[in-house]
Parts: sequence; C-alpha cells; structure tokens
Amino acid sequence: MKITGLLMMPAGWFIVLAALVLLRSVRAQILFIAAGIGVEILGLVLFTRAHGLAKRGNE
Amino acid sequence: MSPQSPPAMSEVSQALCILLILLVPLALAGLALINNGLSRLRSAAHSMMATLCVVGVAAVAYFVTGFAWQGYPGLASYTLSIFGKEWSWLGAGHFFFRGVPLDGSPASLAALLQLLSVGLAGLIPLGAAAERWRLRACCLSTALLAGITYPLFAHWVWGGGWLARLGENYGLGLGFLDAGGSSTIQAVGGLTALSLVWLLGPRRGKYNLEGMPAALPGHNTVYVLFGCLLALVGWMGLNSAGSVLFAGAPPGRTVLVAVNTLLSAAGAVLAAAAITRYRFGKPDASLSANGWVCGLVASSAGCAWIPPAAALLIGLVAGALVTYTVAWMEVHLALDDPAGAISVHALGGIWGILAVGLFPRAAAVAVTPHAANTAVMPSPQILAQVVGVATLVGFVLPFTYSLNWLLNRFFPQRIPPEEERQGADLYELGAGAYPEFQTHTDEFSQW
Repeated sequence: MKITGLLMMPAGWFIVLAALVLLRSVRAQILFIAAGIGVEILGLVLFTRAHGLAKRGNE
Repeated sequence: MSPQSPPAMSEVSQALCILLILLVPLALAGLALINNGLSRLRSAAHSMMATLCVVGVAAVAYFVTGFAWQGYPGLASYTLSIFGKEWSWLGAGHFFFRGVPLDGSPASLAALLQLLSVGLAGLIPLGAAAERWRLRACCLSTALLAGITYPLFAHWVWGGGWLARLGENYGLGLGFLDAGGSSTIQAVGGLTALSLVWLLGPRRGKYNLEGMPAALPGHNTVYVLFGCLLALVGWMGLNSAGSVLFAGAPPGRTVLVAVNTLLSAAGAVLAAAAITRYRFGKPDASLSANGWVCGLVASSAGCAWIPPAAALLIGLVAGALVTYTVAWMEVHLALDDPAGAISVHALGGIWGILAVGLFPRAAAVAVTPHAANTAVMPSPQILAQVVGVATLVGFVLPFTYSLNWLLNRFFPQRIPPEEERQGADLYELGAGAYPEFQTHTDEFSQW
C-alpha cells in the first residue's frame, strides 16, 4: 500500500502535466488538473494510512 | 541549453538588495530559537548544534552544486522541447559558483540570498525531527536537500524554469508566482520535514499503547516567542529581497512587501490566540507562535503584489489553519512534529501559493504596477498556482521521501531508543545544555 501510494503521487502529477501539454481548452485543462490532483491526494492518503498501519504493527 | 535575457537592475536596487539580504540570517536565528524552545531540555544543546551544522552543510552543498542547478534567468539551462514549447528543467551552470561574477549583479545577489535561504529550508525538518535525529544523518539529509531537491524546484520557479513560464507557454496567468519562497523554501522544507517524520517515527513516550498522544511540552517558551520576533525581521528581508530579485519589484515596492509581511503575521497570531482562547480557555503560546510563523510563511508568495487587506486575510486564515492542523496531525495521523513544522511550513506555504491566485489584483499588479485596477487577467492565475502545488505534492514529496529513505538504508537516521531516553545532548554531544540543572525525569517508565 505504501509503494502504491508513493507511485500514485507522481502519477497524478503526470496527469497534470499531460493536461498542460495536450489540451487546449481551459475547461478541459481544469478538469484534468483536478483529476490529477485527486490522484495525488489519493496517493497521499494511501501513503499516510500505510505508515499508520505499519506503526500500529510495530507496537 | 538555452540562455534567457537577464533581468535589469538599477544600482539603488542592488544596494537595497544587499542590505535586505543581510537581514535574512535573523530568520535563521528566529527559527533556531523556535526549534530549540519547542524541544525538551535534554536535547537543547543538540538542537542548537544541529542548527549550526545544518546551516553550514546547506551553504556548502548549495555552493558546490546548488546554484549551478538552480541557475537564474539569463544563465544557461537544460531544456526539453515538448510540442514546440521550451521546458527549462535544470540549470546548466558550473559547480562552485564558477562563472558567477560576485560583483553585485542580479545573479550574484541571488546566489548570496540562496546561500542563506537554503539554510532556512534546512532548519524546517530539524524542528519536526527534533530529539531523535542523529547529527550525522541530519547533515547528510541537509546536503541532499540543499544540493539536489531545493535547487531543482527553485530552478523551476526562480531560475526561469517551466513553472515560471507557464503563462508564456500555456497562457496560465503570468506563470507560477512566488516572490519570497512560500513554495521553494517553505513548502519544500515542510514536505522534507513530513518525509522525515514518517521515516523516523514518533519520539519515545509520545504515544501510549492505545495510540493516544501525550503532551511533551518544549523547555523554553520565551525562546520560542523571541524567535518569532527575530523571524519577522528576517522574513521582511527575505520577502523584500526575493521580490526585487525574483519578481522584478522596484525598490519602492519593498514598503508594500514589509507591510504585507507584518500584517500577515499579525493576523495569523491574533487568529491563533483567539481560537486557542476559545478552545482551551486560555491562549496557547506555542500554537500562537506557530500561527505567527505560519503567517510569515503564507505572506511570502504574494507579498510583492497583494494589497495589505488581502495580506491580513491571508494571515487570519493561516493562523486558523495552523491551530487545527497541528492537533489533527498529531492525533489522527500520528505525526509527532514537536515544532509544528509540517503545518506551519508545508500547509502554510501551500496556502500562501494558492492565495496569490485567489486575489486577482495580485497578478494584475504584476502586469501593470501603476494601473492595477484596470488591468485584465489574461487567464486564471489560480491554475498556474495549482500546477505548482501539484508539483510539490506529486514530485517534491515522493522525491525527497525517496532520497531520505535511501539515506536511512545506509545511515540509520534515528537515535537508538536507550540513548533517546537519556537525551540527544548526552548521546551526541556528551554533555547537556544546562549541566547545573536536573535535566529530566523519566517519563517512560509507564510505557
């Protein structure tokens, strides 16, 4: 889960970059940038939860 | 490699800039005192010793590789051409400041400012990882931050990189705007602090077996509050010098910058004091100090452009943000951050970045300083700021975490448990900060 979360953060960033490079309409850019940030946040949540679970496991 | 045209700067601006840069060490001193006061007595000397080491290592690492990779508009850089657009992604200068005439030119002033501000970025993780971070690891981690992570992101924002040119290339407002370093210094330092808190884990005795946090108060509130005042002076220098060097602000604009910096800090500390008074019955000095610094951090990005009322509003939000997120991270995310550095610098920095896009006049002033009210926004500035935040979360955080994870594999960064109980002072330095006093009681016996 930790690695998945860690990889999802740059994946979301690449979606943001792709929106800049490939899309011309501002509305489409906004949608894709929002989607990319959503993926980043999901990765961050997964990563944080993985750390929390690992900590509890150690205790 | 593609050199760009260097920004012009008058002699008055140069002289002013040198004076302003010489104020920046006060920000370092302020942050050092805050970190020191918020850590326990048993690690007080270690905290100050680590501060000196961090500032020293950061300056050397930045001298060796940092400025070469950060660059400055007008200096050479590596670029990629993507669908006909130039993406400048790394400075292509020489190591050891070679090729940078240290003669008061804008590039040399930027190099001087960065030598100091990279130390400021390095002090941020030190506060979050206090009492359990080995001195050797802290030096090595700072070298990675100052030599690789910081210059890479700073090139994108301040070195004429792709984030700064989002407006020119893709019509996103005026490109990513950050005059004083909410992103490059504060958020990068704050996200590195988050990585280290994840890697190191909490201090012994911070959480009981049920996972509930215990209060481990710092040893000197006076240091913390005095540090806040020192930080204000340093931040005025940092924001003003950054505005002149990286935002092209004329010398007279430093008045606006100083007013905005002070108002943002004032709003933040008042919000934090009022909220803690409401929640706990009395104002909390530690959280109010966190609020003050968070106000300074949030003011940095837009200080050269936003009107004073907006700065006050930014500060009020920053103060409220920090009071809730410090406790939330400690209780719900089990992040043991003695100095509140993640909330103050990472979240405060991100809030400051976004705030630039939330006040349209900010970008308007940047286009036409004397006709701010009539200027029309070319396209949403907030979009450029959001792309910057996405880069921080999507690139800087995983990158800095991976670097520190690798470092931790070869050089364990955490002090061993028994030595942590004795305190970092005894373990790392062989003597306490205040040898004539009883330095601690053993609060670990119950867990």
